[in-house]
Amino acid sequence: MNPLYYPDNQGFYGDFGGAFIPEMLYPNIHELQENYLSILESKEFVEQYSKLLTDYVGRPTPLYLAKNLSERYHTNVWLKREDLAHTGSHKINNTVGQVLLAKKLGKNRIIAETGAGQHGVATATVCALMNMECIVFMGETDMKRQAPNVARMKMLGAEVQPATSGSKTLKDATNEAIRYWINHPNDTHYIIGSVVGPHPYPDLVARLQSIISKEITVQLLGLTGRSSPDAVIACVGGGSNAAGAFFHFLKTPDVLLIGAEAAGEGVNTGRTAASLHQGSRGIIHGSMTMLMQDKNGQITEPHSISAGLDYPGIGPLHAQLFVTGKAKYYPITDNEALKAAFLLSRLEGIIPALESAHALAVLDHIHFDPGQHVVINLSGRGDKDLSTFLQNLDNYASVR
Amino acid sequence: MHPLDKLFKTKEKEILSIYFTAGYPTRESTARILELLGRHGADLIEVGLPFSDPLADGPVIQHSSQVALSQGITISEIFDQMKSANVHKPLVLMGYLNPVLQYGFEDFLFDAAAAGACALILPDLPAEVFVANYKSLYEKYNIYPVFLISPQTSDERIHMLDSLSRGFLYAVSSSSTTGKAERFGESQKLWFDRLKALKLKNPVLAGFGIHNHNTLRFVFDHLPGAVVGSAFIKNLDPEQNDYGIPGFMKQLLNT
Repeated sequence: MNPLYYPDNQGFYGDFGGAFIPEMLYPNIHELQENYLSILESKEFVEQYSKLLTDYVGRPTPLYLAKNLSERYHTNVWLKREDLAHTGSHKINNTVGQVLLAKKLGKNRIIAETGAGQHGVATATVCALMNMECIVFMGETDMKRQAPNVARMKMLGAEVQPATSGSKTLKDATNEAIRYWINHPNDTHYIIGSVVGPHPYPDLVARLQSIISKEITVQLLGLTGRSSPDAVIACVGGGSNAAGAFFHFLKTPDVLLIGAEAAGEGVNTGRTAASLHQGSRGIIHGSMTMLMQDKNGQITEPHSISAGLDYPGIGPLHAQLFVTGKAKYYPITDNEALKAAFLLSRLEGIIPALESAHALAVLDHIHFDPGQHVVINLSGRGDKDLSTFLQNLDNYASVR
Repeated sequence: MHPLDKLFKTKEKEILSIYFTAGYPTRESTARILELLGRHGADLIEVGLPFSDPLADGPVIQHSSQVALSQGITISEIFDQMKSANVHKPLVLMGYLNPVLQYGFEDFLFDAAAAGACALILPDLPAEVFVANYKSLYEKYNIYPVFLISPQTSDERIHMLDSLSRGFLYAVSSSSTTGKAERFGESQKLWFDRLKALKLKNPVLAGFGIHNHNTLRFVFDHLPGAVVGSAFIKNLDPEQNDYGIPGFMKQLLNT
C-alpha cells in the first residue's frame, strides 16, 4: 500500500488529532492504540473481515453510472452505492471490523453513539451476528426524527439509551457513550461511528472505511480504463464515508476531493453544522480539530436537517485536509440537500439518505466537463428520512 | 511557601476539599460560597470552571455547569469573584482544556495566579502534552499541576503522574464519572491500600462518590484526604442566605 495520510504515533494529522482524554479512559484507549494496527494487519483478521464484507455485507457495492443525472449535469456522474450495503449505509464497514477487533481484545459488550441511527443499526446488526451485548446512545431529538432506525435497533436486540443533555443530538449521544465507557472500563468496547474521537479512532475508522476507495479504483479501471476519477464527492459530518471514499486518492494529486458539510439554514444564520466554515480550532470528544464554539470555548449547538451531519466537530483528518487545501469543502444548506434528494429519487429511482443528498447537491456548485468522471459516494439510503421528505413534498413536487 | 505545601505540612490527615461549580446556583454566588466554605471546615477549595461538554462528570455537575453557563458566567468573571472573596484557603481550579485553550493558556495561568489560584486540574490534558507544552508555564506562574489516577491506572503510570503532580495527587475512588453515590467497600479498600504501598511523593486525595459522613470517614481512615463535589452541589439551596452550607458541612464532618 502507498504511504497515505496516516497520523503520527501520537495520533496527530499535522496539528489535529491526539487523545485528549481523562485518565479514567487511558487504559482502554492505550490498549486500542497498542493493538489496533497489529490486529487489523493480522492474517486472521484480514481473512475474517473480507469474508464478512463479501458474504454478509454484500461487497463490493456497485459503482453505477447515473445516466440521467449525468445528462442533467453534462458530465459522467458515478454513484458508489454504499446505500446497497447491508443495513443501508457504509457504516457497517466499520462495525464489522470493530466488533471483530473487540472480540480479539476479549470484550463482551459493545457501546455506540448514533445520530441518524445508521451507525446504531450497523452496530446492533453485527452485535446480533456475533453474540455481543449492545447498547446504543442516541439523542432524544434524533430518536424522534429517525424513528425507523430506533425500531430496527430494538428488533435486532440492542438497548437504545436516550441522550437527554444539550441539543439531544449526536454530540450529546457521544458524551453519554464516553461516560458509560468511563463507568464500565473492563468488559466494554466503544465503537465510534466516525473518524472522530481520541487516537486511534480516526485512523482505525478511516482504515476500515477505506474499502470504499479501494473498490472505486478497481471498478473504475474495469469500467473506464482509468483507476482514478477526476473528482470524488462525499458528505461530511464526522467524516467517515468521506475518509473512506478519499483514502486511496489522498496521494493522487489529480483527483479533486470534495466534502459537503451541512450548512443547515445557512453558514451565517447561527443554525448550521458547518464546522469547517464556521468553526475554529479546539478540542471535542478527545480530539484537537475544527469545531463550532463560542469565544469562551463552550461548544455550541449545531443544526442540520440531517441527523447524521448534525455535529459541531469534524474528524481531524478532514481538518488537516481543509487547512492544507488538499480537499475542498462546500457548505450545503438543508434546502439544497432536500432538492438534491428529490432530484435523485425522480431521475434515477434512488432515494438517498439526507446526509448523502448533501454530496449530490455539490453538483449545483461545481462545473464539470462532459469528458470528466465524477464519483459521488452515496453513503446511505433514505428510507429513514421518509417522514422529513414527505413534510417537504409540496415544496419539491415539481423537481425532476 | 506555596499554600498547598503549607497546608500539607500543617495537616497530614483528614484533609477535606470541596468542589463546586462556579456560577451556580446563581451567577454571583461564587465569592459567598468560597467564604462560607472557608469558615465551615474546608481545608482547600476546588473552583469548577463550567464547560458545555463535561465528559468526566455525572448528572449533577453536568446540570450545575449547564445552569452556570446559561446564566452567562465566564472564566474572567470567575476570576473577579475569586479576587473579591475573603477566603484564606488554597484555591484549586478544575476544568476542561478547551475553554483554557481559547482563553490562551499563558494568559489563563497569569490571571488564575492573580485571582489567587494555586493549582490547576485539567482531567483531559494528557500528561505527555503537559510535559511537552505547558510544564514550564505552570512553573513560571507557580501554579501546581494536579493529575488524576484511577484504579485502572498502572503502578508505573501512577508513579509517572505522581512525579508530575505537585501539592497532591487526585485519586478517583472507582472507575466512574463524578457523583455516583455508592457505598464504599472492599474494592476501594484494595485501591487505597495499593496507593499507600506505592509510597508516593505527594499526599493522595480521593474524590468521586464521596457523598456523606460514612464515605468521607472511609477515605479518611485510608488516605490523607477527600474531595466532595456532587453531593455538596446537590445540597446547595439557593433559597437560603447561606445556601445551607454550614448545615451540610456539619453533617458531612459529623461535628
